[in-house]
Amino acid sequence: MQSLSNRKKVLEQKPMNFWERMYLPAIVRGLGITIKYFFQPKATYKYPEVQRPYSKNFRGQHSLKRDEEGRERCTACGLCALSCPAEAITMISAERQKGEENLYREEKYAAVYEINMLRCIFCGLCEEACPKEAIFLDGSHVPPEQLRKDFIYGKDKLVEPRFDYKKEQKTIA
Amino acid sequence: MESALLLEKTILVVVVFAITLFIAMYSTLVERKVAGFMQARFGPDRAGPFGLLQPLADGGKFFFKEEIIPAGAHKALFIAGPTIAMFTACISSAVIPWGQELTIGEKVFTLQVADINVGVLYIFGVVALGVYGIMIGGWASNNKYALMGAVRAASQSISYEIGMGLSLIALLMITGTLSLKEIVAQQEGFVNWNIWVQPLGFLIFLVCAFAECNRVPFDLAECETELIGGYNVEYSSMKLAFYMFAEYINMFVSSSLMAALYFGGYNFPFMYDLGLSQNWITIIGVLVFFAKILAFIFFFMWIRWTVPRFRYDQLMRLGWKILIPLAVANIVLTGIATIVKDTYF
Repeated sequence: MQSLSNRKKVLEQKPMNFWERMYLPAIVRGLGITIKYFFQPKATYKYPEVQRPYSKNFRGQHSLKRDEEGRERCTACGLCALSCPAEAITMISAERQKGEENLYREEKYAAVYEINMLRCIFCGLCEEACPKEAIFLDGSHVPPEQLRKDFIYGKDKLVEPRFDYKKEQKTIA
Repeated sequence: MESALLLEKTILVVVVFAITLFIAMYSTLVERKVAGFMQARFGPDRAGPFGLLQPLADGGKFFFKEEIIPAGAHKALFIAGPTIAMFTACISSAVIPWGQELTIGEKVFTLQVADINVGVLYIFGVVALGVYGIMIGGWASNNKYALMGAVRAASQSISYEIGMGLSLIALLMITGTLSLKEIVAQQEGFVNWNIWVQPLGFLIFLVCAFAECNRVPFDLAECETELIGGYNVEYSSMKLAFYMFAEYINMFVSSSLMAALYFGGYNFPFMYDLGLSQNWITIIGVLVFFAKILAFIFFFMWIRWTVPRFRYDQLMRLGWKILIPLAVANIVLTGIATIVKDTYF
């Protein structure tokens, strides 16, 4: 029967000739190959000293962003939770009170914001869904934990550290 | 005078012993480094600069491992196994001439522990004893795998010793002496090296040396994939280390034997044309000898990470049906060549 791809090769099994049966030429060729690898650059990254660079579009741990004045950008609209295919995100919203304008940018904010890192598949759909540019997967790996409950990250781990830029300006000046 | 000689020899023995152990110790590191480099990685490099303290770390680890003697094992023989392996490995370096004479003041020191006139025979006797360590250890373990390893080691050693001996007979027909010191002294310079007149003999000797040292591709006695470690399955702690150490010492000794018998030992090209004093020639000769030995050790490792292990029937066929006939043919050829040379030249 004719093969469809025409790429089939029939292997012939011939008895070995004297040169092949001597086995020594083959060994010499093998020695050549191993010594070639001996002098080639190595594939190893010496880990603690040299770290392998991440790819540009690497998606790691999430972070909730603040705006230029250090206010949380998230308005607890819930689009991230809705877009999440793994249902890893939950949140409880709250209304901004008077005097909290320096903490939250919008009139509504997330009082509780939790991501279950065991459920998360790091697809980045929350990042795409967010209308406020509040969530980005720009961290590194999620570190290992002993207990399952420790993998549920709250706002304490997710929100960016506060960057007080007025204070910063003072120190620079 | 007698006590001075005794002291001199004792110092030489201690130095040779120390060097042997040192080289064997660092062979373990070099082996892993070579393996790494040939597999596009670095090998151990965490203990000290370039991993140079790795052998010490390994030794320390072996000392602190639990010592296990199986309930069914023959206790005395179980302990005797690695001891014999180590002992026979160490004593074989006694007849190897490390260099020429060294003159300090008026005294002349010979850099050879014992110049016995049957040096080659002595080496053979000791090498033949070497397999007893493996056999006794494997048998005393009361373990099927260990016994299989021991049986394999014994039959392999018997098969390849014949090829080795026959290949050496051809060499001895040329040198006309069994004393290693004289054999090396005859190979002065570069063109007198025995490798040029005995290439086939050297090849046979090399293959047999691999088999005698239980090195890949002839490591059927310890064959991890079939015998999960072979004769040393039941061993732990320093006794296991002794077996491994004995293997490396054997490698060192057979490397030095090959260098001495076929590659001129301490002789190097133009050794008498450079206008050096005798002491300098001796010192450079010793260094050259060790360079040759290290090159052979590297070759052992190079082969190990290139060639896969033989199947058992292949091993036996190679030993009995190929190497021994070849060695006999080599003897005949050497005899004919000697007669032709004596009659016509």
